[in-house]
Amino acid sequence: MPVRAGTSVTGRTKRENEKVAAPKKGRQGTQGRPGRTLALILIAIVALTGGMFASGHTTPRLGIDLAGGTSITLQAKNEPGQKNAINPTNMNTAVDIMNRRVNGLGVTEAEVQTQGESNIIVNIPKGTNSEQAREQVGTTAKLYFRPVLTTEVSGGDPAASPSPSASSSASTGSDKDSDKDKATDKATSSTTPSATSSTQGRAVTDALKADPTPSGSGSPSSSPSASPSASTDPATAKLQAQYTALDCSKKTVRAKAGDGVKASDPTVACGQNSQGQWQKYILGPAEVEGTDVDKASALFDTQGAAGWKVTMDFTSKGAKKFASITGKLAQNQSPQNQFAIVLDGEVVSDPFVSQALTGGSAEISGSFKQQEAEDLANMLSYGALPLTFTEASVTTVTAALGGEQLEAGLIAGAIGLALVIIYLVAYYRGLSLIAIASLLVSAVMTYVIMSLLGPAIGFALNLPAVCGAIVAIGITADSFIVFFERIRDEIREGRTLRPAVERGWPRARRTILVSDFVSFLAAAVLFVVTVGKVQGFAFTLGLTTLLDVVVVFFFTKPLMTILARKKFFAEGHSWSGLDPKRLGVQPPLRRTRRVSAPVDTKEA
Amino acid sequence: MSKLGTLGARLHRGEIGYDFVGKRKLWYGISILITITAIVGLAVRGLNMGIEFQGGAVFTTEKTSISVSQAETYAEEASGHDAIVQKLGNGGLRIQIAGIDTGKSDQIKQELAKDLKVDAEKINADLVGPSWGDQVANKAWQGLAIFLVLVVIYLAIAFEWRMAVAALVALIHDITITVGVYALVGFEVTPGTVIGLLTILGYSLYDTVVVFDSLKEQTKDITKQTRWTYSEIADRSINGTLVRSINTTVVALLPVGGLLFIGGGVLGAGMLNDISLSLFVGLAAGAYSSIFIATPLVADLKEREPQMKALRKRVLAKRAAAAAKGESLEAPVVDERYDDEDREDDDATPAVVGPRAQRAQPSSRGRGRGRPSGKRR
Repeated sequence: MPVRAGTSVTGRTKRENEKVAAPKKGRQGTQGRPGRTLALILIAIVALTGGMFASGHTTPRLGIDLAGGTSITLQAKNEPGQKNAINPTNMNTAVDIMNRRVNGLGVTEAEVQTQGESNIIVNIPKGTNSEQAREQVGTTAKLYFRPVLTTEVSGGDPAASPSPSASSSASTGSDKDSDKDKATDKATSSTTPSATSSTQGRAVTDALKADPTPSGSGSPSSSPSASPSASTDPATAKLQAQYTALDCSKKTVRAKAGDGVKASDPTVACGQNSQGQWQKYILGPAEVEGTDVDKASALFDTQGAAGWKVTMDFTSKGAKKFASITGKLAQNQSPQNQFAIVLDGEVVSDPFVSQALTGGSAEISGSFKQQEAEDLANMLSYGALPLTFTEASVTTVTAALGGEQLEAGLIAGAIGLALVIIYLVAYYRGLSLIAIASLLVSAVMTYVIMSLLGPAIGFALNLPAVCGAIVAIGITADSFIVFFERIRDEIREGRTLRPAVERGWPRARRTILVSDFVSFLAAAVLFVVTVGKVQGFAFTLGLTTLLDVVVVFFFTKPLMTILARKKFFAEGHSWSGLDPKRLGVQPPLRRTRRVSAPVDTKEA
Repeated sequence: MSKLGTLGARLHRGEIGYDFVGKRKLWYGISILITITAIVGLAVRGLNMGIEFQGGAVFTTEKTSISVSQAETYAEEASGHDAIVQKLGNGGLRIQIAGIDTGKSDQIKQELAKDLKVDAEKINADLVGPSWGDQVANKAWQGLAIFLVLVVIYLAIAFEWRMAVAALVALIHDITITVGVYALVGFEVTPGTVIGLLTILGYSLYDTVVVFDSLKEQTKDITKQTRWTYSEIADRSINGTLVRSINTTVVALLPVGGLLFIGGGVLGAGMLNDISLSLFVGLAAGAYSSIFIATPLVADLKEREPQMKALRKRVLAKRAAAAAKGESLEAPVVDERYDDEDREDDDATPAVVGPRAQRAQPSSRGRGRGRPSGKRR
């Protein structure tokens, strides 16, 4: 009789093994070498922690609501008449521009990023003048083309400036004047290593014009020479004074240069030349506005030797203005044959002009790197970006409140964790040791990974993320509960602990995977679809769900297998949480189930 | 404690158990009642939408000695709009002013700072344009819809469509209840609430999935036996996972309770409080629905299948036969899992199995019985 029953039960086991055929290997693996698995995960944790200390980011980066600061959400709107202007390209351009602006304020580590399809988040840490930042961010960019009146390298290391600038600009000079006319002769590459001026002087050429004239170059200019000298008019004198005082190598000075000057007035400005030096300028009134640019793009010149260049197309109104300004400029000597492209008061490019450009389009060529050309094209396009931004929300959090919220979050987490541990100890007794150890491992991994993700992907821990982590305590603990209940069920069926663990695991594993998958799915969908604070929450929830699976598979299970060999658990000590008597395994029940015993030994 | 353990054991063996599926009509009724109440509450009272959904500003000050009513006066003077002022747990004030745009709120902040005699830089401001809350909410609904579709597909593949439908109903049920509670009690709805609500989805399903998983496992070979109907096995599944469900819910509610206590009690109000409040309500609803609604619903749907109908007939016929012979059915079935036995009963017609089964069971509980001819796998 027992034999027959035995075959019956073995039949079931076999069936079950078939069901878990694929994971069977893994199961035997963990069963066979739980110590190795445990060691592996511990090594992984130590490595991660080591990485965390090595990278120097030992705490997670805190979001604005915990660290204090201002967070601005800008919502993009299409300008009237322009549909589909909200697209990734335009949004990225806008982000670039805003980044320049905010960081131009001397703000340390302000971050600007897109969120969702039509939002831009600007986070400005505490200790910054948030008012000023908000004004900067909210307004539309001001892009002007202004004629250069005078320019020179500013501040920094004046000693270094002459020589490198001379040599490198001589080398770049070869590309400078190249002019491409696709219709006629192309790439009449440069004649003279022109314009050894201190400027980065890139040539603006008319895409329709053929022959390049190396213009007013060749002047062995030590730049400031040509400054507007004979000015006696007080406004000009004031400007001259400002110019003399201007030290562009200082960030704060730079940010203020030319502030509040009307487009129709001359101004002073700063810009960085191709050698990375700061240069200061006196600029004439704006002749062409950013909105006159129809579009701008960077392209690689495959025909000439010019490499990367930027092409601009003007609107019809812009084309006229541009023709007129270039006509005037072309007759001047360097540097007054240059015009400056000024974005938000900063000179982003100062190409020189060799002749009037009347075709309605122009290109700026020179020794651009791809990145530089694209940046410039972006900035030019921004003037024509058909987007306006409105402040959808502005959150200012003082450092004090931020600290308080962080503290409250941590206390809430501690209370939650303590309550869960107390409950687990009360209910599962000895088993709770495993649960607590697993929770701790999970907590350590979450913390370390969050710290590492700060620098890696710009993850910032905000209040909703803290909430997510606290809520995740429940999800993580639940996996242990599923596992423990399975084991206890097996023991109730009369098995001893070790077979109970090995039999309970495949079933518990499936349940854990299925439910964690659902949880992860929720987090992933939320993360992808939603905006704002919801995202932070979803991210932590997803992360902790993944970690839960890792911890249960590589820590809890092996630990359980090892502890199942210990006398304390195996013999069902009354404090082990696995005492058959306490689990309600009763002698009468055992009798009816005694047949299970031989089966288990067979299985084991 | 040991009582609980014993309870777990007895639930596991099926010695005791609540007839969830049998009494499903009662619970359906209760749920429908709650749902109707929630909908009526929603229709009549509406939701108390927070400032984030109307546009406006929330200012939070540090600890101050100025009274609530005084601050209210100041705020209303400064803004020209109604202001709601609350005293926070830490002695600070929370001033809400609806319907102002982000530009004007700066000015209000300055004035408030002057009136309240605090540094303007030390006032926390949360300024929200009128469309931001809507955007958050719209995205959330969109997320909800996508999630529901994906989950239904997943459940339909991993389990079966009936379970997917039941899970969906349970989910909608949870959300309705939570929203209803918000409408009836008049809690403020903020983006935090929306986050909480969305989390409930995952959690409620999590619970449901565990019960379904056990149900799926136990009903794998259901047609090969004649001792239990689908509903009865569903009942056993719920009862078998009951301890786990209770433990899970308790363990999930404990940290959320901690959050609620800290968020509400210490910080006064804010994100922590909003998230945890909706989580708390939703989790409770989720635990209820996965036990009382989702599984009985699956059983209901399953029992309509021709196969299951046939099974029910066979089981009933067998029981009737057993009863006719004066056998007590209860004794042998108490703690035996049907699958220990299913091979014996394979394919056998009820008429044949009936008498044989009851002949064999009293003595050896089906184990020592002779092989049914050629039916063993």
